[in-house]
Amino acid sequence: MSQKLSNAQIAWRAAQDIADGAYVNLGIGFPEMVAKFQPPGRQAIFHTENGVLNFGEAPSAGEEDWDLINAGKKAITLKPGAAFFHHADSFGMVRGGHLDVAILGTYEVAENGDLANWSTGPKGVPAVGGAMDLVHGAKRVAVITDHVTKDGKPKLVKRCTLPLTGVGCVTRVYSSLAVIDIEHGRFVLREKLPSMSVEELQAVTGAELMLPDVIGDLVAPEVS
Amino acid sequence: MDKTVPDLAAAVAGIEDGMVLMVGGFGGSGAPIELIHALIDRFKATGSPKNLTVVNNNAGNGRIGIAAMIDAGMVSKMVCSFPRSADPRAFTEKYLAGEIALELVPQGTLAERIRAGGAGIPAFYTPASFGTDVAKGKPVAEFDGKSYVQERWLKADAALIKAELADTMGNLTYRKAARNFSPLMAAAAKLTIVQATKIVAPGEIDPEQVVTPGIFVNRVVEVADAKQEEALMRDGVAYA
Repeated sequence: MSQKLSNAQIAWRAAQDIADGAYVNLGIGFPEMVAKFQPPGRQAIFHTENGVLNFGEAPSAGEEDWDLINAGKKAITLKPGAAFFHHADSFGMVRGGHLDVAILGTYEVAENGDLANWSTGPKGVPAVGGAMDLVHGAKRVAVITDHVTKDGKPKLVKRCTLPLTGVGCVTRVYSSLAVIDIEHGRFVLREKLPSMSVEELQAVTGAELMLPDVIGDLVAPEVS
Repeated sequence: MDKTVPDLAAAVAGIEDGMVLMVGGFGGSGAPIELIHALIDRFKATGSPKNLTVVNNNAGNGRIGIAAMIDAGMVSKMVCSFPRSADPRAFTEKYLAGEIALELVPQGTLAERIRAGGAGIPAFYTPASFGTDVAKGKPVAEFDGKSYVQERWLKADAALIKAELADTMGNLTYRKAARNFSPLMAAAAKLTIVQATKIVAPGEIDPEQVVTPGIFVNRVVEVADAKQEEALMRDGVAYA
C-alpha cells in the first residue's frame, strides 16, 4: 500500500458527515479528534457520558477545573448553552435514541455490523466503560479506524474474533482507505482512495465488498 | 429537622463489615475524598469496616480515595464499569493476585441499575451488552423485534456523596459535572451520607435549584475546604 489517510484525515472525513445542530458522542482517544474538523458554519453539540452537553475545547494548562471533565477524564470547557445532568439521564440520551451520531474506535468491525472495541482477550483487568451502551441508540453508529492492523491484517472482517462490544450496531466505517456502509449484513463501498483499485482494497478487507454503481473518491486535505 | 452531624467521624458511623457502599464521583469529579478518608481512619483505629463491596464507576486512582481503601485492605469487591485509571496500581495488584473481586458493568447499565434501586424497580431490560460476554447468564427477551438483556436493581447499605451546597434538611446541589452518579446513589442507599462544601439554612437553596431532594439524604457534614481527587493525584499525595 503506497498511501493511506492519516488519523487526522480519517477524523476530518468523518466530521464532514456531521450536520449542523447534530448531537454527537465521540469515543475516548482517536474519535475525539473529529471535533477539531467541524466544517465552517456548522456547530455540533457534543455529549459526554459523565453528564455534560455542549462542551468545548480543553482549557489552557493551569486553567483546568477537575470537576469539569469528559468521559476520558480530561479537563474541558463549556460553550454557551451547555447543560449538566446525572448519569442515568446521560445514558437515557444514549439508549433513548436522542443522539444523532456516535463515533467510536475499533479493533474489529464485521460485515454484519458487529463491533469489537473493548477487549483484546482475557489477560489483565477488563474495563468496558460506556462502549456497550454507546453502540445502541444513536441514529448513526460510525467507526473510525485504520483499515488494517499494525501487522497488516484486516480490521474489517467477516465475523469478529475478539469479544464483542455490540451486535449488529455499526452503520458506517471511515477507514484509512475507504468509506464503507454496513447495509443488510454486507459491506457496501461508498468511497475509496483514488490511487487504489477495488481489487487492491478487497485484498486488505476481510469480507466481500458490495460495489454500487457510483463509488466516490476518498480525498482529504492535509490536516493534522 | 436537622440532618447535620458535627464531624466526619460521626458522619461515617454505622458503616460496618460486609456492607455494600456506593461512592459518588466519576474519576476525581465528585469524589467524596474526606468521607472516604474518615472511613479509612476508622478502619486503621478499629479494624472495621472491612470486606466492603464498593460501587463506583472506577476502582480508584493513585494512593488516595477508593485506591487507599483498597490498599488498606477494606474492599473485597468492586462493582464498576472501568477499573482503570491514570494510576490503577491499588486495584490491579489485588485483582491480579485474586484478592479482590470485580463485577464489571457497562456504564449506562450501572447508572440505570442504581437508578432502579432507588426507584423501586427490581429489574429492567437494556440493549447494552446483548450478545456479548458481559450478558452471559442473564435473561434476554425480545421487544418489538429487538433483543434486550435483563438487569437487576442495585441497592446499597450506605452511600458517600460530595455536594456543593446542602441545607440542614439534606437538599443538595452539585458543582459542575461532579453530580454524575451521586443523585442516583443518594436514592439507592439506606444510609446516605453527604459532605457539602457549605451547609445553609432551609430556604437558602432555591427549590428550583435543588438537584437531590433531602428525602434521599440522612446525614450532612460540612467540609469547607474539600480536596479534589484529581488535584491531589497531580500533587502526588498518598493517604497511607
